[in-house]
Amino acid sequence: MSKKEKESKIRVVIAKPGLDSHDRGAKIVARALRDAGMEVIYTGLRQTPEQIVETALQEDVDVIGLSILSGAHMTLFPRTMELLKKKGLNDVLVFAGGIIPQEDIPALKKIGIREVFGPGTPTSTLVEFVKKNSPKRK
Amino acid sequence: MVPSLTDVEQLVKGVQKGDKRSIARTISIIENSEPHAQKIISRLYPKTGKAHVLGITGPPGAGKSTLIEKLVKELRNRGKTVGVVAVDPTSPFSGGAFLGDRVRMQDLSLDPGVYIRSMATRNHPGGLARATKDAARVLDASGKDVVIVETVGAGQSEVDVVKVAHTVLVVLAPGLGDDIQAIKAGQMEIGDIFVVNKADRENADKAMSDVEAMLEMATEKKGWKPLVVKTSALTGEGIAELLERIEDHRKYLKTGAIDERRKETIENELVEALTQKITESIMDELKRKGEWKKLTQKIMFRETDPYSAADKLLAKQRKTIKKR
Repeated sequence: MSKKEKESKIRVVIAKPGLDSHDRGAKIVARALRDAGMEVIYTGLRQTPEQIVETALQEDVDVIGLSILSGAHMTLFPRTMELLKKKGLNDVLVFAGGIIPQEDIPALKKIGIREVFGPGTPTSTLVEFVKKNSPKRK
Repeated sequence: MVPSLTDVEQLVKGVQKGDKRSIARTISIIENSEPHAQKIISRLYPKTGKAHVLGITGPPGAGKSTLIEKLVKELRNRGKTVGVVAVDPTSPFSGGAFLGDRVRMQDLSLDPGVYIRSMATRNHPGGLARATKDAARVLDASGKDVVIVETVGAGQSEVDVVKVAHTVLVVLAPGLGDDIQAIKAGQMEIGDIFVVNKADRENADKAMSDVEAMLEMATEKKGWKPLVVKTSALTGEGIAELLERIEDHRKYLKTGAIDERRKETIENELVEALTQKITESIMDELKRKGEWKKLTQKIMFRETDPYSAADKLLAKQRKTIKKR
């Protein structure tokens, strides 16, 4: 137990819910957050909301990033948020990215997804967002 | 009920009940060296020592994570609960890490009898993170029958896993090198069991015979004789046999060999803890009094050298202890 090595890192899980297999975006985000000094856990493709929430719990993450391009976000995101609450992971910061129509965004924000990032978002915007909004834990 | 995640008693109780949230939080507290980390470890320590700790090491891409998924599934079929700590490297440049071992273990994430934790090295050398050993202890205290520790994709000298695991598996794949590579020191000396994975690939038999030849050259005849098992994590070939060999090794350790191994590990750990605490206590005081800077400057100007300076510091520390 060294006092000198006291360090706390932002832990993020980047997850791909649903059935699409386009993970380039998710990997770019994971890489950008890694390069910003965070510890990024990547789940791989085709995750159910149950798997994502269980991973977040076991890995004790501060942040969850959901990437989806299949169009199933209005089903899978509410389910994910519901499970997070059920497991007591209320303070985890959740953001999303991928192909999500503008008109769906207000409904997603309402269920607790803090921000939705579309294609073309500079990774620096994302890094700033996570650094600013990641929950401060002791 | 969600346990309070700052209360030591609650966390300790939660861990012992196998509550995943408590386990997760406790590992973070230890990993971040939070103030109550030592207290938690002290409380959990007496509850450890029941799990069989399996260390898995080997070069990047040998198939360690995929093999672990297959091993865990087979262990679950046999009714065992399993904890996994999978270590990946921290970037020395950004301090960040990409932890990708879960990708190969997706099928396990919803099994209530399995807990998986990814861990970054945070630049600790040796193939493991500084907190890996204590994380394995937390899983042991949580009642897991088997705890698996996966090292980073290791080169020839990342051998810290021997200090943590009861049984060490060195996972190799065909095409990584010839019999000369197999004779080299380091990794090739620490395996209790060598696994030639990707047996579905060409040259697997050549790799087998290279390792076998290396093992036959061993001059040490006493104790456990390391052996080679051929597996394919892809097809499942050899997994059941590998578990049998692991069980053989566990039984062998029970005949008394484990005490020898434990004694050595405990001695090393005690020395490590002592060194750290002594260094810290001396440095804390020096820094508080502003003497640290003066001393480093003296060395910089060649007025003294690091060894003499350390001698003086130690002599001073001894005097203070005597006064007390």
